[in-house]
Amino acid sequence: MSRGNQNWLVGAWLFLGAMFSSSAWADTQLNLTKGVTAVSREVYDLHMLVLYICTAIGLIVFGVMFWSMVFHRKSKGAQAADFHESTKVEILWTAIPIVILITMAIPATSTLINMENNDNSDVTIQITGSQWKWHYKYFDENIEYYSVLSTPREQYENQNGSFDGNGAHKGDDYLLEVDKPLVIPANKKVRFLITSDDVIHSWWVPAFAVKQDANPGFINEAWTNVDLPGTYRGQCAELCGKDHGFMPIVVEVKSPEDYDVWLNEQHILTAKAADAEKASLSTSMSKGELMKLGETTYMAHCSACHQPTGLGLPPTFPALKGSAVAIQGPVDEHISLVLNGKGMMPPFGKQLSLKEIAAVVTYERNAWGNDTGDVVQTSDVKAASGE
Amino acid sequence: MTTDTINESLDDAHNDDHHDHKMTGIKRWLYTTNHKDIGTLYLWFSFIMLLTGGALAMVIRVELFQPGLQIVEPDFFNQLTTVHGLIMVFGAIMPAFTGFANWMLPMMIGAPDMALPRMNNWSFWILPFAFAILIGSFFMESGAPNFGWTFYAPLSTTYSNGSTAFFVFAVHIMGISSIMGAINIVVTIMNLRAPGMTYMKMPLFVWTFFITAYLLIAVMPVLAGVVTMLLTDTYFGTSFFDAAGGGDPVMFQHIFWFFGHPEVYIMILPAFGIVSTIIPAFARKKLFGYSSMVYATSSIALLSFIVWAHHMFTTGMPLFGELFFMYCTMLIAVPTGVKVFNWVATMWRGSMTFEVPMLFSIAFVILFTIGGFSGLMLALTPVDFQYHDTYFVVAHFHYVLVTGSLFSIYAGAYFWLPKWTGHMFNETLAKWHFWCSLISVNLLFFPMHFLGLAGMPRRIPDYALQFADFNKWVSIGGFAFGLSQLIFLAVVIKCIKGGEKAPAKPWDGAEGLEWTVASPAPYHTFSTPPKVD
Repeated sequence: MSRGNQNWLVGAWLFLGAMFSSSAWADTQLNLTKGVTAVSREVYDLHMLVLYICTAIGLIVFGVMFWSMVFHRKSKGAQAADFHESTKVEILWTAIPIVILITMAIPATSTLINMENNDNSDVTIQITGSQWKWHYKYFDENIEYYSVLSTPREQYENQNGSFDGNGAHKGDDYLLEVDKPLVIPANKKVRFLITSDDVIHSWWVPAFAVKQDANPGFINEAWTNVDLPGTYRGQCAELCGKDHGFMPIVVEVKSPEDYDVWLNEQHILTAKAADAEKASLSTSMSKGELMKLGETTYMAHCSACHQPTGLGLPPTFPALKGSAVAIQGPVDEHISLVLNGKGMMPPFGKQLSLKEIAAVVTYERNAWGNDTGDVVQTSDVKAASGE
Repeated sequence: MTTDTINESLDDAHNDDHHDHKMTGIKRWLYTTNHKDIGTLYLWFSFIMLLTGGALAMVIRVELFQPGLQIVEPDFFNQLTTVHGLIMVFGAIMPAFTGFANWMLPMMIGAPDMALPRMNNWSFWILPFAFAILIGSFFMESGAPNFGWTFYAPLSTTYSNGSTAFFVFAVHIMGISSIMGAINIVVTIMNLRAPGMTYMKMPLFVWTFFITAYLLIAVMPVLAGVVTMLLTDTYFGTSFFDAAGGGDPVMFQHIFWFFGHPEVYIMILPAFGIVSTIIPAFARKKLFGYSSMVYATSSIALLSFIVWAHHMFTTGMPLFGELFFMYCTMLIAVPTGVKVFNWVATMWRGSMTFEVPMLFSIAFVILFTIGGFSGLMLALTPVDFQYHDTYFVVAHFHYVLVTGSLFSIYAGAYFWLPKWTGHMFNETLAKWHFWCSLISVNLLFFPMHFLGLAGMPRRIPDYALQFADFNKWVSIGGFAFGLSQLIFLAVVIKCIKGGEKAPAKPWDGAEGLEWTVASPAPYHTFSTPPKVD
């Protein structure tokens, strides 16, 4: 290597060194999380064990290589030896790695057996992924709800179109926050039954060391037992289409007492919602109220595909502005499409309340200059659903 | 067929074609059946694909430069990652190795050409059409494929966009091309070796391509099968991967990875062959443990068929399946370790010089081994649950594919450029290429390990704020690495145009029949087979 190249290299390494010592790195995480469960700590220990073994092997092998590169070079007058095989050495460096592999395999096997033991759970929750949200259903509790990204669009969309215009100020939990987190009790074995309504998703919370694919038509099992109450965040880990990067997971772990309080609250809320639904059947909402509720519902559930502008992303996601369904077709067909879905569009009948569907259909028929003037009431949706 | 009869029939067929009169202009390249011309075509094609796939990666890195959606929509981002992967695997790495096979195999075994020259022409010339279809789908209304290069169902069936049929057709053509290329390699090696060259006297380079060709013949039909099932699921109402019709989406992954894992070795075994040729040449010492290298390569090839489900630990496999695939995967570390130890032992007490092919080979050994370490970590099922589908995996396979396969391709290209062009390349410029690539590639891929461990999933167009610092540096490394590859283009063009005249054997430690012919290699070599003893 020429002198000039060496100077260049030194400069490059100094540059790299300066980069990594900048103060902005204070809270950057470099290593795997230890997590908050016995299993996640076992996984962490296993990770560190393999990392240390690999580092040691690397130091030895690369050390020998560099030693050789420094001392066995022609420019230092090194003469090439003429050995080129040795059965003894070959057997040795086949046998030693096998021994090392066995020392890794033993703890890996025991951790894995533990992870796959789904018996004797205290709480069971069904997790269903769909494009691009999670649905949680508590067994034996009559509690179920969807959990959707709550980071406002203007934070991740590039509002003014320029490269460094990053839209609105991003919050601390940017892209890792949801409207309704999953709530589980601490110090209890919680079993998850994981499935999907459309494509494959993967439910992952690093702090629990739980990552399990959600396969449509099949149910996978996983479990956790968290010892520290708190809020833990994760993301969908399997490419699931356009908004794969926008379906986070938030789990709130509460002490068993707080968890029971939360369960009670939820039961009351569910009952209230059922009453409200019943009441809304006999009352009429004004167009203004419907439009307001419709816009909120549309932004949360419809805008990922059909876009806030109603222009959609054709040809995959059709426009609603000026569309045949929204302005020409009969109202009942529009309601039925939202209730039952079609092709890639999921059925919203089980995701939204009748009132929300009434509102969203009203909104879609009047927003963006669609201006049909149609007003849809909860009772119309009820009638169309044929229940 | 014996060597003798082949030689006779070749002599008959070539009676009027034996001299250096080749067609001129574009016709020479369209109609050529000459292994050197076809090798050149493959190598140029793969470099163009490398730059194309690289350009897509540049857009990806601009998008990921900082948090927030910057220049592309999420759906287009998915198209970029998908086509980037497909181009690099099927367009850049695999054809580059086929180019090496075409140029070097006949010269290394003392054969006049590949055994099936017309098929050879065809297996190259269908490739540009395959990639024209694939890249052309960017200009369709629905855009290019957006389901990842692994095209998991049902995202690639029920939920795919309008370009799926084109994707399937393109992959079929690539597969046909690969199978034909592989058959040609096997037939050539089995039948056209010079008298006296027994299997265990073949250069290791020849051995690795021989084994790789068998892998290709075994698994490319599986890929063809799985894309066909995908096609019928999407357009003809079958339900192979749809539970509602009695199918299973996880079955897709089993079939895909039964192809996909051997495919990984298809992209690395030839690299082993190239590096095993170059290190002895510049250490001026015979390759340590030739026969153990042959056995290690064969064991890796065989093991590659029983480890596929380690890509699928999170799909909900039974415990027994997870244990089986974990143990088998860990076993691969043994023959791979043997290879690395043999390379180091070859260097040990050699008389080394550090010309550019050697620099790339040494970088290969170190950085490929780092990729091997992360591979071993990924093999352990419990920790794989944490690593799977994160940037840790992205770091892992880019270490083995870029600093592994691609670096070996550069090593080989510099090693044989004097033989191909008849000129020595510009050493200073080539060293710039090496050092710029080495530094930028590590800035590009090493921090990805940290990103993955900290929890950043792969294939996302935007990310949480704690990943921002590393992504910025990764992007800068990416731009630098991309630009550095243009230096290689400059070196090659300069070398073709002129430069110091290369002797028949420009590297004093090099061994093999290819160095016994003049530089540049005459259009026809070894019309009479050499005698090997």
